[in-house]
This record gives sequence, structure tokens and C-alpha cells, in this order.
Amino acid sequence: MSETFTGRVWVLGDDIDTDIIIPTEYLAMKTVEDMKKFGFSPLRPELAGLIKEGDVIVAGKNFGCGSSREQAPEVVKALGIKAVIAKSFARIFFRNAINNGLLLIENDQVQEAVKEGDVMDVTPGEKLSVNGQEFEIASLPDNLLEILNAGGLVKAMRKRNGLS
Amino acid sequence: MGMTMAEKIIACAAGVESAKAGDIQTVTLDKLMSNDGTTHLTIDMYNKLKNPRIADKSKLVWIVDHNIPSDSPKTAASHKKMRDFARDNGITFYEGEGVCHQVMMENHVCPGELIFGADSHTCAYGALGAFGTGVGCTDYLYAMVTGTSWLLVPETIRFNLTGKLPEGVYARDLILTIIGKIGANGANYKAMEFAGEGLHNLSMSDRISICNLCVEAGAKTALMEVDDVAMEYLTSHGREPKACFTSDPDAVFAEVYDIDLSTVAPIVAKPHFVDNVVPAKESLGVKIDEAFLGSCNNGRIEDLRVGAAIIKGKKVAPKVRFLVVPASRSVYKQAMEEGLLDIFMDAGAIVMNPNCSVCWGSCQGVIGEGETLISTGTRNFKGRAGHRDSFVYLASAATVTASAITGVITTADLL
Repeated sequence: MSETFTGRVWVLGDDIDTDIIIPTEYLAMKTVEDMKKFGFSPLRPELAGLIKEGDVIVAGKNFGCGSSREQAPEVVKALGIKAVIAKSFARIFFRNAINNGLLLIENDQVQEAVKEGDVMDVTPGEKLSVNGQEFEIASLPDNLLEILNAGGLVKAMRKRNGLS
Repeated sequence: MGMTMAEKIIACAAGVESAKAGDIQTVTLDKLMSNDGTTHLTIDMYNKLKNPRIADKSKLVWIVDHNIPSDSPKTAASHKKMRDFARDNGITFYEGEGVCHQVMMENHVCPGELIFGADSHTCAYGALGAFGTGVGCTDYLYAMVTGTSWLLVPETIRFNLTGKLPEGVYARDLILTIIGKIGANGANYKAMEFAGEGLHNLSMSDRISICNLCVEAGAKTALMEVDDVAMEYLTSHGREPKACFTSDPDAVFAEVYDIDLSTVAPIVAKPHFVDNVVPAKESLGVKIDEAFLGSCNNGRIEDLRVGAAIIKGKKVAPKVRFLVVPASRSVYKQAMEEGLLDIFMDAGAIVMNPNCSVCWGSCQGVIGEGETLISTGTRNFKGRAGHRDSFVYLASAATVTASAITGVITTADLL
């Protein structure tokens, strides 16, 4: 995960809650693939159709607040988002995202430097580079990196137990 | 250095002498609650494991409450999956018994326990001095299979309560006031602990309301020390504490707030955030289409008594739906015995079976485009109660009932 990747930026605000990320009425759908086209629909119904594989989200504080629904990080990942960068994350969403192999980066400065559509270089655990500016980012603790790098908690346990 | 209540419960569950904020501890869970919001996903993942097993099935409690009775073939199938798995694996299973957190408080939660719930409002269990925290289904699965999980030991924000709530002001007004003060992420990753002589003036129902809503400030858990009121509730429900912890006098808190309960006033959280609070007086006159009295936050007998006393002999406003949803079967039966359901029915309310109802925006009572709901539920996020272009105001049982009568946001003292 420490290799640099480049992503197109989508900008969202503060307090993006789990009902925005995937509203309750779509949770009964059979798969996350079915749900994903309704991702972020209460806020921006067109967004799910515009996000491309490898894009990143830059948001404000408290991203993922609300429900414990794990479909929230799953939908973000299924849409092709490679990383969510936010000023802060709600704690249940944080665990759920790591457990599903979705990269989260906490940074409270890059928001000032980007606008939607900009292209950002992300070097996990090191830095964000965008519009000629660089922002240092912290690395996750080792136990979480192990989970993230394996693609999620279940996969990490399989690996640890020699099952894959 | 002294320890906080949260640190003591985690140390106990980790089998270590002491724990301090910032540590990561591996803990053994005391109980694991899951509901029909996500249990079908947990089962799907479990069935894909190469060596599936349950560490201790006696610790699992599964509750169908989000969509009961089922409202579509899809939810019926997901309930069947949950019901069959619970039966085949000897898991304690409730269906139609009530909203999960109320069922847990009535039947399972014990002081000193560390409990995972696959539901964000699991922090309600702090009302009995238990560390309840919400997790997703992958964390739940891991805990179910191994009996353990890892936890970052949280810092604690302490709220010292003094005095008594004024007449016509409720615990819900208090916790919404606190969330408005510290913000929707004001307690992110942290524990919110409530203490002080003012705590003893709060009923168990009040305490559950307060702890339950702490996740709306981002809290990992909420905690209250166990006093005579809590012990009486516990013993009257036939249970004993695992351990009764309190924070040491020299424990370190991230922040300390002193709150005089006598200064709290009726409050409303406006769309679309729980911390978007204003004094109820500033929201008077907003037209509503539906009112909801229920949920794990405010559907207990005490809340129904408040509503019934206000609406007795009056009628629900024309073109307004007033949904009354007792939080559990025992609350429902008690309300029936006390004649409260008759009062609501005579007033024109729709009395429904115990479930999560419109609080979670699926199942019964969802609102349509442009409609406004006033609710004793837990959240008012955009689209939370139905259409993405609808509006939810959160308020106390008294304000919700008064508004159902007039058809506009109204505080009970104005009737």
C-alpha cells in the first residue's frame, strides 16, 4: 500500500453520514454492486454514476458518522474510490472501512488546497501531493496496516492462520 | 495514576491490572448483540469461513427489530436466514419482543460488562454501568468466532450533573443540549461519563435515553456509575452485576463539564443534523405531517405516560399521522394495563407493535417528498426517515405529542 497512486478528487463537506453514503431503503438489495448506484444519492444523486475506479474523496470532519451499517464503506469501495481523505472519521465507520480494506487518511489541511476534479498523488503513510503542494500524512498502526493490506479483517485472519 | 470507569472495564475484560487511554487492548467480550439490520451479512460471511465456529454461543443475543413484521419478501428471507441460524446454533433469539437495546436492558445487560452490538446505539448500556459499543458486522463476526476483539482505550469526557430537571423538561432535552454544545463529533473515539448528585435524580428510563444518544456526539461508549436506582432496576429484572466500577478521584479526563439540570429547557434538533439544536421555542409553528413517539431512545413506559397525559381527551390534528410505538412487549403490556393505549387510540393515533419503525427509515411510517416528521427517534439525517427531500425534527415525547395535536411544532406548556 505504500506505492504512490494518482486519483481524481471528489470534494464533500463535513458530517457525511452513513444515510447519505447509502440510504436505508437500499440496504435490502442483494449485493453491494446493486446498492452502489445509490451511493451518496440523498446529497448528490448523480455522483455514483460519475465516480471512476481509482478516484479519491476529500471531505471535512466526521466522515461516516451515524449507523454501524457496513454497507457504507463497502459501497464507497465498490464505487471504485481508492482512498477517503477527511479531517476526521466517525469511529464505527473507521473500523468498518479498515475491516473492508478501504484506505482512510486523516488530514485537516489538504481541503484548502483542492477543488473537485483536481488530480492528487497519494503515497499512503507518507504524503499527499496536489496542485504543487505536499501534505504529510501519518501511517496507520501496524495491526491496522496488516488488515488493510490484506484487503480486510477476514482476509487478514485467513492469511495469519495460513488459510490462503 | 487513577483509572476512569472505561479504563477499568476494559482492563477487566483484557485480564490486565490496568489500562490507560491510548492503549490498544485485546478484550474478551461478555455479550454480543446483533439485529436484523445486518445479521444476514454476518451469517453470509460466517458461512464462507473455512473453519466456522462460535467461541461461546451463550454470549450471543440476536434480535429482529428493524423490520418486524417483515415488509417484503427480501426482509422475510433475511429474517428466515437469521431465525434458522439462531435455531441451528442455539443462539438466544427474539422476534417481536421489542427494539434491540430495550430488550437488552430488560433482559441481559449487567454492570461491568463489555458488550459489542452490531448497532451504533449500543452505547445505551452505560445506563447500567456496562461498556456497550457499536461495531460493524465484520468486527462482530470476528468477536463471534474468536470471543475477542481489539479496542483502543478511549479518553473520557466527564459530565458532572447537579440539580434536577425542571417540570416539563426531559432527559432527551438534556442529551440533545449536550450534543448541541459539544457537536456531532465532539466525543469521537471517546467515552462520555455522567456522574454527580444530579445523576441520582434521573430514572433508569432517563439514563437509557441519555446514554443511547451519545453516539450522536461520536462517542465510543457512554457510562454511568451504578447507584441504588440502577441496582433496583437490575435486581427487579433478576440479574446481578459482573462488577460495579467508578472512576478514581485522580482519574484523568480529557474534558470536564458541569451541568446544572435545572437550567435545561425543551429543545429541538432541526434537519439535518442531531447537533443542529435550538430552544424548542424557536421552532414553534413549523408545519408537520407526521409525529413519532417511540424508539430505543424514547419509547419506554415513562415516555408513553408523558404523551398520554398530554393528549388525553384531545385529538390528533387533521391530516397528521401520530405513530405510537412502545419500545418492547413489556412496555406495550404495561401501557395497555395503564389504559395509555386507549388514550392514544381515542385521540386518533396509530398504535403499532414494538419495532424500530420510522426511526430507521424503512419498515413502517416512512415519509414522502417534502414531508416533515417530528420524532423521538435517534437521528434526523437527510433522508433518514424516507424521501431524500424530507425533514426530521427531534424533540422530547412531550413536544412530539403536543405537535401531533396542533399539527405544528408546539411545546406542551402552550396547549
